[in-house]
Amino acid sequence: MHFTINGQSFDVEPDIRTSLLDLLREHVGLTGTKKGCDHGQCGACTVLVNGRRINSCLTLAVMHQDDEVTTIEGLGTPDDLHPLQAAFVRHDGFQCGYCTPGQICSAVGMLDEAAKGWPSHVSESLDDGALTDEEIRERMSGNLCRCSAYPNIVDAIREVADGARDERRVGEEAAA
Amino acid sequence: MKSFDYARADSAEAAVADGGSEGTKFIAGGTNLLDLMKLQVETPARLIDISRLDLASVEATEAGGLSIGALVPNADLAAHEVVRRDYPVLSRALLAGASGQLRNKASTGGNLLQRTRCYYFYDTTSACNKRAPGSGCAAIGGFNRIMAVLGTSDQCIATHPSDMAVAMAALEATVVTLKADGDRRRIALADFHRLPGDTPHIETVLEPGELITHVELPPAPKGRQVYRKVRDRASYAFALVSIAGIVAVEDGRIASAALAFGGLAHKPWRDPAVEAALVGHTPGDAAFAVAADALLADARGFGSNDFKIPLARRTLIATLRELTA
Amino acid sequence: MSDVNSLTMDRPVEDSILNHTVQDVLGKPIDRVEGPLKVAGKATYSAEFGFDRLAHGFLVRAPQGAGRIEAIEADAAKAVPGVIDVIHDFDGFIRNAQQGGETEAPTMGVREVHYVGQPVAIVVAESFEAAREGAALVTVRMSAGDGDFGIEGREDEAEKPADGMIPAHSDAGDLDKAMADAAATVDAFWTTPSQNSAAIEPHVSIAEWQGDRLTVHGAYQMLSSDRQQLADALGLEEEQVRIVARYVGGGFGSKLGIAPECVAAAIAAKQLGRPVKTVMTRQQVFEATVRRSDTHQRLRLAADGDGRLTGIGHETIVSNLEGEDFFEPAGLATHFLYAGANRRVTHDIVRVNRTLSGSMRAPGEAVGMLALENAMDELAEALDIDPVELRRINEPEQDPSKDIPFSSRKLAECLDEGAAAFGWEQRNRTPGGLRDGDWLVGHGVAASARSNLLQPSRARVSVTPEGRAIVETDMTDIGTGSYTILGQIAAEMLGLPIEAVEVRLGDTDFPPAAGSGGSWGAGSSGSSVYLACEALRAKIAASFDAEADGLTLKDGHAIAGNRRVPLGELVGEGIEAEGAIEPGEMAEKVNQASYGAHFCEVHVHAVTGEVRVKRWTGVFAAGRILNEKTARSQCIGGIVFGIGTALTEELVHDERDGKCVNRDLAEYHVPVHADVPHMDIRFLVERDAAANPLMAKGIGELGISGAGAAIVNAIYNATGVRVRSYPVTLDKLIDGLPPV
Repeated sequence: MHFTINGQSFDVEPDIRTSLLDLLREHVGLTGTKKGCDHGQCGACTVLVNGRRINSCLTLAVMHQDDEVTTIEGLGTPDDLHPLQAAFVRHDGFQCGYCTPGQICSAVGMLDEAAKGWPSHVSESLDDGALTDEEIRERMSGNLCRCSAYPNIVDAIREVADGARDERRVGEEAAA
Repeated sequence: MKSFDYARADSAEAAVADGGSEGTKFIAGGTNLLDLMKLQVETPARLIDISRLDLASVEATEAGGLSIGALVPNADLAAHEVVRRDYPVLSRALLAGASGQLRNKASTGGNLLQRTRCYYFYDTTSACNKRAPGSGCAAIGGFNRIMAVLGTSDQCIATHPSDMAVAMAALEATVVTLKADGDRRRIALADFHRLPGDTPHIETVLEPGELITHVELPPAPKGRQVYRKVRDRASYAFALVSIAGIVAVEDGRIASAALAFGGLAHKPWRDPAVEAALVGHTPGDAAFAVAADALLADARGFGSNDFKIPLARRTLIATLRELTA
Repeated sequence: MSDVNSLTMDRPVEDSILNHTVQDVLGKPIDRVEGPLKVAGKATYSAEFGFDRLAHGFLVRAPQGAGRIEAIEADAAKAVPGVIDVIHDFDGFIRNAQQGGETEAPTMGVREVHYVGQPVAIVVAESFEAAREGAALVTVRMSAGDGDFGIEGREDEAEKPADGMIPAHSDAGDLDKAMADAAATVDAFWTTPSQNSAAIEPHVSIAEWQGDRLTVHGAYQMLSSDRQQLADALGLEEEQVRIVARYVGGGFGSKLGIAPECVAAAIAAKQLGRPVKTVMTRQQVFEATVRRSDTHQRLRLAADGDGRLTGIGHETIVSNLEGEDFFEPAGLATHFLYAGANRRVTHDIVRVNRTLSGSMRAPGEAVGMLALENAMDELAEALDIDPVELRRINEPEQDPSKDIPFSSRKLAECLDEGAAAFGWEQRNRTPGGLRDGDWLVGHGVAASARSNLLQPSRARVSVTPEGRAIVETDMTDIGTGSYTILGQIAAEMLGLPIEAVEVRLGDTDFPPAAGSGGSWGAGSSGSSVYLACEALRAKIAASFDAEADGLTLKDGHAIAGNRRVPLGELVGEGIEAEGAIEPGEMAEKVNQASYGAHFCEVHVHAVTGEVRVKRWTGVFAAGRILNEKTARSQCIGGIVFGIGTALTEELVHDERDGKCVNRDLAEYHVPVHADVPHMDIRFLVERDAAANPLMAKGIGELGISGAGAAIVNAIYNATGVRVRSYPVTLDKLIDGLPPV
């Protein structure tokens, strides 16, 4: 089977039953993506497939041969962190660190969903795209953190979201 | 997980031609099927991957409604402009379900086919008539906090876990299928899921190999739409009770009402008596109480789920107030 | 061999060197030093080490909760392509996980089955997929035995256990008379359910043998005692076993002692001559590691008309497996939190066929303070005294059970600062009297207290000619911040920027540490680093020809008088020293504990009984705070455990067979993002000279202590409904809510 992960090609022949998560962890050496429950109940395995966040434990690797998979390793490196990764460090958005790659990948996907104007369960109106803290909490609720860094994660995401919004506004003003 | 043969279908026709054989399952999002396969609650010998079929669009129907491809992800459906505008109860139901990640993967068709979250169904060493017909029901006499209070049988008290399906039941959606012989079939959502009776392992009216291709919604209903979900934590939990309500008030009277309930039964629950208690009446607590009585007249708790009966009553009355305010 | 600078805490620390150092890095809210690795997915957890010819193990569970295994039928499993073998060892497997800190193997032998899910065999295969399939095909044939599956109705079978962290029973004065003579009393029963730590990283061990030496990469919290347990279980000498845990994905008590996957992997690896990795599934973590016991608690308070407590009774029944001594010490804080001459604190065990019960975050306080702090709220109401004031009235002069002084105690100050910050005075005092739309609004308060413990701990610190320091100890970092705070201590002591300190943890090849448990990790392992650095400072002073206390170390330089020399130039080819801290008489002569106060606002839906925590103020005093950022995170984490305890977490056992019914994260409800509000966390300045040379006390379990009680007190304030059965799910409120 052939896979494209973080822009790199991989050819491996795993068992047909191999989940995308186990492909990453056991077959291509990308152990940044974590297994917490293996049943879509914790979010630790969250990766981006064609830019959308999904639980990599609940999908078969074989079904993703035509997809672009992005894992935590594809977002940034310890020496060159993605803005969300850096914000998580600054705000102490983790303790043990095990759910963290999933939280960060989820946040990347979530911010993209919010930027598209997708509403959430707590949106006052289905057309209201304002990303309040309550919105961040609801949209990130698929990622459990048992150390419970939740308030710090919200702060980290808030900072990056506000920065991106400010950049967008500057860009729009410049375009205008 | 048992091993299986895997094949990717190139067309819906090819999928159904291939899909009727014993032990064959379609896989799309896979979020429920793989969950169950890992525990060997599901043990298909063959998976047909339908995830790349051209069934992922949402289009207007000639009748003025909406046709939703079976592969439209829950997230996309919730965010779809027309759904948000004309069928907010559906958007709200979808957004109340699962997590952002799961909604990105779970498909419309798959959501309808979700299996119960009954604890005993998930444990292959427990008695469960749904998983192992004839083995008994461990939930009766066991811990049954999340189980059904309506339409149960002495064989099974499981609930259907979907939020989306509850909204679709209120919207009177139609499930469109393709059968192995190439025929199409249109099934009212109300008829799509079955009550457990003596055959709780048979959950829908689908025939072997029959593939859901679309779900059609009728034109946008009149009135206000609300989805209310009550659960054990603020997010990412299945419904204890949920209500999809669509009520129109004209000239001070309830002109139409459609109410569907989740968390209470083996299927999205609709009861004409509930709606009959409302239509033509002045909105108010008197009519709402009659509707609640109608809903729960035959309700039966099994111990740890007894609370669902008063909870459903209170939530229904409050939701009706919101719908008619 | 390096020098060992030892200290036994027999007397208070007169003057900590840290009171005089000038690097100014200790206590600062610096980022976690390992943070960039963790956020980039480059921190290597135990399941992620690769080995040649690594085989995958999958545990097989006992399907019934009592009986004897007659046969393990494995032919079908062995026929699965990729399955290498199905291995069982009725005598060699461990029945259950071990408790933390024990030095011997846990209960051995699995032919007799004591709980559903007891691991009885392991399938080993070339792939995870094959091992999992094989495990499902193994038939464990049992002859059914009689089991006892719950406490309910069996309270009179409870037995007094051996004394544990505290005496099982203690009595002073005459509680019954105090109750009879009191102006106001509370006498009620509380129940708390079984809980699971639910660390997001499941238990895992990779076992690899080199001859007769075993290396385990395992997700464990206390490596030096884990190593002793494992060696004993396998009949090895301690020196033959090495355990490595560079990063641990949460523990909360569940990884204190070795668990069944560890011994099974080791036995399988030995038998097959290959390294074997065994990761527990989430369901196995629930069934076959450790739970917090369910508790039945009777709490009695007697007070005079001024609110002064004259009696406290706290009688707890817990459950555990046959043969296990551990009891959840629910009365731990009741011994010293409030004054009162007549006291009775007891713990008894009912034997059950259920998963082992053992330590989970703040064993004792986490559930015992629920009853105590709810009862204080009830007493405050009975006396019409503000609950903050009632606690202030009952501040004891000294430990009321042992008649020894407190080392330091700032509970009253925590309550005062918290009340002011939260706006406690402005709250509505009438239960059910404040409403915001559909939501009933309530406010609650509870005290927090967690005993402070010191454990033997050693560390080695070296300084290189480049002027860098290296800290080595088998301490673990389970999210507690060990890498960071040990680096800060060394940096502060040696006058180095944090970047010049490397901390190496999680390997029994390093000096043995206290491990992560009981909130003692920072104080104990931090003290060992302090002591090693103290020895290094003496060496540096000698080589600089200065008096040790006339020496200033800052920014990588030694300074004395008008001389300033790079540190590296004073260490020759490098210097090293070991530090060793030992608990001493201070553990007996004074009562040491951290304190805090929780204030919260909850909203309860008037129709459905759904509860949302909306606001939180927590004020804590725990001696010297070693890193304000990680300390704050620890407190938040504890409080969120309290939210789960109060509202959602209940590991349900089927009364018919003891099985864990909701053994996954979909149905065992830990709090999610949406359940947790912003939190205002504050620390009071405090130094505790009796605790350790850092003058710091434990903080990891302080946040959870009392937190759930504050929520349930707030629920009462919101609704007028007292619920004494945890968790307070909506079904327990609905009958008491306003009619719709």
